[in-house]
Amino acid sequence: MEGAVALEGVTKRYGAETVVAGVSLAIPPGEFFTLLGPSGSGKTTTLSMLAGFVMADEGRVMLGGQDMTQVPPRGRGLGMVFQNYAIFPHLDVAENVAFPLTVRRAPKAEIAARVAEALEMVKLTGFERRYARQLSGGQQQRVALARAIVGHPRIVLMDEPLGALDKNLRYHMQVEIKEISRRLGTTVIYVTHDQEEALTMSDRIAIMERGRIAQMGPPRDVYEKPETAFVAAFLGEANLLPARRDGDAVAGPGGTRLLAGSGALAAPQGLLFVRPEKVAIAPAGGRTEGANSLPGQVRHASFLGNVVRYQVEVAEGATVLCDAANGAGTPLHAPGDAVRLSWRAEDSRLLAA
Amino acid sequence: MPLKISGAFLLLLPALLLLVALFIVPIGWFLSSSIAELGTWAEIWAEAEDVLLSGAVGRSLVNTGAIGLIVTLLTLVLGYPVSYALSRVRGAAFTAILLCIVLPYFTSTIVRTYAWMVLLGRNGLINQILLGLGLVDEPVNLLYNRTGVIIGMTYVLLPYMVLTLYAAMKAVDPRLMQAAEGMGATPAQVFRRVFMPLTLHGVVAGVLITFILAIGFFVTPALMGGPGEIMVAMLIEREVEITQNWPSAALMTVVLLAVTLTLYAVYSRFAEPGEALR
Repeated sequence: MEGAVALEGVTKRYGAETVVAGVSLAIPPGEFFTLLGPSGSGKTTTLSMLAGFVMADEGRVMLGGQDMTQVPPRGRGLGMVFQNYAIFPHLDVAENVAFPLTVRRAPKAEIAARVAEALEMVKLTGFERRYARQLSGGQQQRVALARAIVGHPRIVLMDEPLGALDKNLRYHMQVEIKEISRRLGTTVIYVTHDQEEALTMSDRIAIMERGRIAQMGPPRDVYEKPETAFVAAFLGEANLLPARRDGDAVAGPGGTRLLAGSGALAAPQGLLFVRPEKVAIAPAGGRTEGANSLPGQVRHASFLGNVVRYQVEVAEGATVLCDAANGAGTPLHAPGDAVRLSWRAEDSRLLAA
Repeated sequence: MPLKISGAFLLLLPALLLLVALFIVPIGWFLSSSIAELGTWAEIWAEAEDVLLSGAVGRSLVNTGAIGLIVTLLTLVLGYPVSYALSRVRGAAFTAILLCIVLPYFTSTIVRTYAWMVLLGRNGLINQILLGLGLVDEPVNLLYNRTGVIIGMTYVLLPYMVLTLYAAMKAVDPRLMQAAEGMGATPAQVFRRVFMPLTLHGVVAGVLITFILAIGFFVTPALMGGPGEIMVAMLIEREVEITQNWPSAALMTVVLLAVTLTLYAVYSRFAEPGEALR
């Protein structure tokens, strides 16, 4: 049970506003779990309740199998990386990293050994006597990371730890954080609003929307099998076409008969979901693959390098996005070209509008 | 866009001219002419020794320093919690505390000092309460002695301490304290290991500015002090106005000015939050 995290019907209200509404989740030890959502979705409040900075109004917070709902932060024994790093400006790197141990009055020799080990792990050996203002953003990030793991906590919370870094450094640190957490076997609960980051790093993702978990699952599941239009749109580009149930099939734009994957909506009206990269594009009259096929006209073509993104009008006022890999010998379509789009039934779903 | 030095100088010029014309020149003239009256350097030195080490002046210098120190410590002890509260509240509570601190300063010092005299006198409110409660058998002397001077000066100087401390405390990122708490620190440890070190430069600045102001005080000790509580500023005034011994006044002024400028030099090093850490 050590390292396990669970929330049971956790709710937080500020005045009349419910910020977190009955969130339940269970995270096994060693999992890299991400809370993903736009700002105001309740992900940071949820993390704050795990940390103990915010006390839940309802529900239970379980850490390592123990009920910690009413325990203050210092009793929870968690490692933490804060959004702005929160590096103490009056302490040098070694003193910062040692902080969680010194406040618990660990023996000096143990502190020295653990600090050296943590700094080595984040590749900051030799920076012990520097102060935060003498470090780059990436180095400050590493100090924060070293400080979070120095006490060998079973659970580490990270609140948008890479938000302030530029894109290249971000990617680098993503790999490093993942690597360290795997090596230590720590449970990581990671908060971000960056869907790419969530998809890259997580074992499982919970997508939050207005204080609730909209969907939870491994990155590929939530990306390819979204259950709501919100999840579909939040995790990346998505085609969401107005559609209506028609027997076993779906009536799409212009009344075309289409097939959708399983697990789809029971209601008669909805949105037909398909990712742009799952849509194949071919010249009109050309050979098409997949159960669904729609004729259309290219409205716009954006050359993105490895991918060409087409906006194809398939009916009056209905356009479909299609990402075609810029592979060897792939012909490019120009705006105005008549084309035929196609995709497999299992790559599309009928979602609630 | 940063101003060039010459541009900055131009902007400072009017204020600088005013200061030179109304402060530097008169005080320079006063000091040099008064001291020149004494004659040669050796004679000046002898006179200085005479004046400064003489009983009355020496005692008043010691007195000034002692009162300054006590008052500074009192404002620190009383002001620190107030500043802390002020730095942690927002909205109406913030405005209320700030008004309590600043509002009395819209009245003149003399009026406020007389108000204290009414409160502290032998038949004043405080003595009446103490007598009424049976805590004392006869009125306590709260006025015309050191107690009176200290109460009055602490009251006048408290806002300088509070506002200086507030500036330093407000600059502390509250997330740092939350982070410390999250890393296992008790509230006492958060205060001692994070909040206090980060506001220490403010404490130093507040202590220096309060002490500098305290040792130059005149009105409060003159009105609320007794004959035994002569401070340097009062002595200088007496030498100029009554005994007309300008050289003696000038020598004391030099001492006071030297102490003030030295402390100010130290203060300016702590006034910038980052400086003290460097």
